[in-house]
Parts: sequence; C-alpha cells; structure tokens
Amino acid sequence: MTSTRSTRPTEIEADPAVPTIRMVREFDAPPERVFRAWVDPDLFVRWIGPRSIDTRIDHWDARTGGSWRYASVRDGEEIASFYGSFHEVRPHERLVQTFTFTGYPDGVSLETMTFSDLGDGRTRIVGLSVVESMEIRDMILASGMDTGVVEGYQKLDELLAAG
Amino acid sequence: MATDSLSRAFAALADPTRRDIVARLAVGDATVSELAAPFDVSLQAVSKHVKVLADAGLVTQTRRAQRRPCHLDAEVFDLMTAWIERYRRRAEERYQRLDTVLADMDDAEHPTAHPHHTPRDQGAAS
Repeated sequence: MTSTRSTRPTEIEADPAVPTIRMVREFDAPPERVFRAWVDPDLFVRWIGPRSIDTRIDHWDARTGGSWRYASVRDGEEIASFYGSFHEVRPHERLVQTFTFTGYPDGVSLETMTFSDLGDGRTRIVGLSVVESMEIRDMILASGMDTGVVEGYQKLDELLAAG
Repeated sequence: MATDSLSRAFAALADPTRRDIVARLAVGDATVSELAAPFDVSLQAVSKHVKVLADAGLVTQTRRAQRRPCHLDAEVFDLMTAWIERYRRRAEERYQRLDTVLADMDDAEHPTAHPHHTPRDQGAAS
C-alpha cells in the first residue's frame, strides 16, 4: 500500500475574466476509490476538515437530486455549517454539487468535480467552482469559505512563515 | 489589501493586450511608445490600457523628464500570488489527508467506520 510515486501538488487557477476557481490534483488510487472517498460520509469526514476540527454529518444523500448538510465542530462546539445539493452523482466520473456556507446564506457556489482515469491505478480530479461575482471569488481566495477557514489562519501562517 | 483592489487587478488582467503589456514590463520599465511598438494599435489605445493597469495598482508611471516610463508594481502581484498560494496550500493539506484515506482503503475494500461519526442518512452513497 505504501507508494513512493511522487504526487503532483494541487494546482489552483483563478480565471481573470470569470468568477471561477479551477483546481487540479492527481491521486494514487483508481477513480472508483477516489469517488467513494468523496461520496461515502464515513470516508469524507476523515479528510475534508482540518485535523483540529470534527466534521459532523447532519444529512447525506449522495444521489442525483439528493442533498447534504454538515457542521464543523471544535471542542464539542459547532463553529460553522454548510449545506447544498447533490445535483448530479455519476459514479466514478462526475460529481456536481452546490455549496453554501450558512454564515453567508446569499452565497452559493456550483462545484463540478471530474474524475479521470489516468491508468495504472491513478486518477486526476479537476474541480471547477463557479460563484456569482469576481468580488465573491476573490473573497473566497482571500479568506476561504470552506472548513479550512474555521481553523483560522494561524496554522497556515505558521506554514507560510516557515516557508 | 481590500477585496475590490484585488478584483480590479484580476479584471485588469482579463485583457490579453494588457497581459502582454505586463509581460513586457516584467522585463523592464518602458514608455508608452515602446509598449505600443509590437502591437497593431494606436498610442492612445495603449495609453488607455496603461491607465487601466495603473488604476488597478499594477503599474505606476513615473515623471522622469519627458520619458514617463511605465513601471510594474510587483507588490500587487505578490499579494495576489500569496492569496492564491494560501488557498492552494489549504487545498493541498486537505488532499494529503485524502491521500492517507485512499491508502487505507487499499487494505480494506470496506473502510472501517468511525464510531464517533454517525451519519443519520447515508443515502445511496454507502
């Protein structure tokens, strides 16, 4: 199970003309497995949030037309929650979701994740997030409206400082 | 840096001619006529592009005699890059956690449930 094959780091691209964020990452596992880590709630909670935060799934129906809701919990206290729909669940190929941070209820992001089989047990995912304006997009880039932000910038600032 | 400043910077860079101008200025300062040389456009058009870049804080024009060379303000680019890099690192940290989960799944096709997480509705995903 150990793999020494180098994994290319995550690529992030903010389009200068439209309010999107594009993300590319490769994984050392076949598409079926990567897809399952995304739609199986028991697996999802193990990687989505920072280590200091527990992700509590309140609702999870990973079917086309289904919906989801989860909360970030630190020291037993809910600090943020998120919800959205599973617009399309096409096993091992494509996952389309909406995403709203309840702290900013007017905002909604459309998230399309594509899973490509690279052969040799590897997968490339391409994620495209579309939001309503360049301002919102840049705010997301600057602060993050995902679970990562609730950890605060502390850890990342340390990382950046350590450079 | 205010969010609207960053938006202006991204918007200014949405234009391919302005991106070319920025690429040229990354090599060194240049006057508007020097900038216009490789393009099939008027000096006025290039001046307009430079003004957009200046309004976005990407370019400054110094008043050095009559030459008034344009200068790329690298600080704004550094901030944009830093923001994207911070976002990227956060995503990378998350996907490294996913790498670990995927490696665990190699061993057990049916992953071990974590008892402290009890999803109420697992739908068709499980």
